[in-house]
Amino acid sequence: MSIIFLILSVLSFAAAIAIKVMFVPASQGIDIAGAHIFFTIKMPVQDLPITESQVNSWLIIFGILFLCLFLTSGLKTRDISVRQLVAEWIVETVTNLVKTNMGEFFEGFAPFVAAILGLSAFSSLSSLLGLFPPTSDINIVGGWALLVFILITYYKMKAGPLIYLRSFGQPVPLLAPLNIISEFATPVSMAFRHYGNVLSGSIISVLVAVGLSELSKMLFRFLPGVLADFPYLRIGIPAVLSVYFDLFSGCLQAFIFAMLTMSYVSGGFPAEEYAARKKKREQRKAAREAVLASNRHKGS
Amino acid sequence: MLELAIGIILGGCALGAGCAMIAGIGPGVGEGNAVAKACEAIGRQPECKGDVTTTMLMGCAIAETTGLYALVIAILLIFVAPGRFVDILMNAIGK
Repeated sequence: MSIIFLILSVLSFAAAIAIKVMFVPASQGIDIAGAHIFFTIKMPVQDLPITESQVNSWLIIFGILFLCLFLTSGLKTRDISVRQLVAEWIVETVTNLVKTNMGEFFEGFAPFVAAILGLSAFSSLSSLLGLFPPTSDINIVGGWALLVFILITYYKMKAGPLIYLRSFGQPVPLLAPLNIISEFATPVSMAFRHYGNVLSGSIISVLVAVGLSELSKMLFRFLPGVLADFPYLRIGIPAVLSVYFDLFSGCLQAFIFAMLTMSYVSGGFPAEEYAARKKKREQRKAAREAVLASNRHKGS
Repeated sequence: MLELAIGIILGGCALGAGCAMIAGIGPGVGEGNAVAKACEAIGRQPECKGDVTTTMLMGCAIAETTGLYALVIAILLIFVAPGRFVDILMNAIGK
């Protein structure tokens, strides 16, 4: 049963490769282009293009979903398998990470943080399969940053909208415009950081590949016929760059995006005001119940 | 004449992209400082290597932001801006 999930997980990545092979036109030589647009849906305000990055993103989501189902299928309390051990390790690591960085109140954030971490890491690593990495498209990363921005604002408003509005006037009301700008700079900088790192890595890789093929053409010009055109220097050398830009940088950016999400959400949350508000609400509730009880007592 | 104008546009875009990447100096110096201090801290207290490394990577990522803004502007200037500017020129001269 569980093997079906593993097959489905691999299939969704294979589907991404198949879609790329079948529908994306092969580029002449090496060029730097954005995501390929498959088709556009007519919309009232602006047409909605369905691009490679959206399709890859959804297929990666399905891949992660089936991988999670594979890891968590057939859980047992004793004689646990390696699969269950891996699943437990992931859950425990993320829960500990969230607990140490956000505190006890935000313990329920662990699944969200793990989802962002996994989706971002898998998206960046999908470039190892030759796919267009969805994280090198600002629309995808901008969507995630917007989600985080909504979360930050929600938790800032948790202690009442008045306290949220008053926080813009800190430390002096004169700085309110700057506070508003810095409020909006948070998601923008998060999106640009992730997208810029992944995109710059792929651009540098392409430039190095082009440079190496030109260099090998110059060096091996004396070879006869087709042999002279073959880019010998492109064998193996770009892989060294790929280790840094795809493996290290991709995983690091995923980790940083998740860490920043955690620190922004828990940092913006006014814990003291929230506790005071909760306490006041409980007192009011107790007083109301006391009044109701005394009325009932009088009535009977 | 039109060729000259388009040439100036392309050259200006390339020069602007190059100038924008001068901003790469700042994050370079800043991250170098951060890593130097992290090395000192690990040398002083080798047992907290993990915490120092995590904090250093976070700090480096945040210090990198200004450099990445410059990078995004440079990428826009190279891949997006020339087409837009040439379109604006064509509209202005009515072709």
